[in-house]
Amino acid sequence: MNAAATATPLPAEWRDFFALTKPRVMSLVIFTGLCGLLAAPGSIHPVIGFTAILCIAMGAGGAGALNMWLEADIDALMRRTEKRPLPAGRLRREDARDFGVLLSAASVGIMGVGVHWLAAALLAFSIIYYAVFYTLWLKPRTPQNIVIGGGAGAFPPLIGWVAVTGEITLMPLILFAIIFIWTPPHFWALALFVKTDYAKAGIPMLPVVRGERTTRHQILAYSIAMLPVAIAPWAIGGTGPLYGIGAAALSLAFLALAVPVGLRQSGEGDAMVPEKRLFKFSIFYLFALFAMLVVDSTIVQSGGST
Amino acid sequence: MTPQEEAEIRRRQKSRNIALGLLLAFFVILFYAITIARMG
Repeated sequence: MNAAATATPLPAEWRDFFALTKPRVMSLVIFTGLCGLLAAPGSIHPVIGFTAILCIAMGAGGAGALNMWLEADIDALMRRTEKRPLPAGRLRREDARDFGVLLSAASVGIMGVGVHWLAAALLAFSIIYYAVFYTLWLKPRTPQNIVIGGGAGAFPPLIGWVAVTGEITLMPLILFAIIFIWTPPHFWALALFVKTDYAKAGIPMLPVVRGERTTRHQILAYSIAMLPVAIAPWAIGGTGPLYGIGAAALSLAFLALAVPVGLRQSGEGDAMVPEKRLFKFSIFYLFALFAMLVVDSTIVQSGGST
Repeated sequence: MTPQEEAEIRRRQKSRNIALGLLLAFFVILFYAITIARMG
């Protein structure tokens, strides 16, 4: 915090509050949540469906704000995050905390009253999981922190699905598992070509703690595990062959890109082309997979066969 | 406090109040819509 900011505490801009919600993470949250909602069997009133997605987004925003409140000291140490509202001194910490609590509580309350209490309970659990289990407890302690963090990102499609059906069945749990297993290779591919200063902040990221070799092997292991999980919705009869064949093709392509990443070693001044390619594809992969799920289930539910 | 700072504080307060007002109006409409939808 610079001296000028402490001397004259200007009221924070609303944009700084908005920045606390991590808007860029939100796009994936909204998309996967919406896909879970649209792929679920049965129907939901458009207004209630909209409310469910809004609550998922608000919950994610609240969790993001709580994360920034808890990690303000860590964020101040890293170049990527030092410009965030709290470390830059544009916002009081108490305001970030209150904003996060308010947003989280409102999202759970509105979800419960307006949509479904089971969906609200899952939303509450996912916020606590992210803010407490992940941010406070496991992130600074284990190099598998990305695996744990991926669990938080895996909740939206499950919550979206339960908002429609009102019960937790195998299908939404598989959707959860897909994002859970997708996150580590997605993030570690990025971590290999973006040199971060997590070490300076005391966060034990896998490439730093266990080295590049282990990270590459783990990327490959998760990419192999993704194949059966991605096909599972079709294998259990939850979708038609359109999704099944598409998921198999996408996952094989993912694996084909992960193999060179998993087996090579980078040299001095390496351009990291395979890693960048895998990272870009991993984003396309998740969007395409969930889009196919929605298209497939729409066809199945409208009585056609794929 | 200089007049410039004073003006900056007023400007920020105003933009925050407008954002909050729009948010409240949005939730009023949303709750009305939810009520209608759940009654139907």
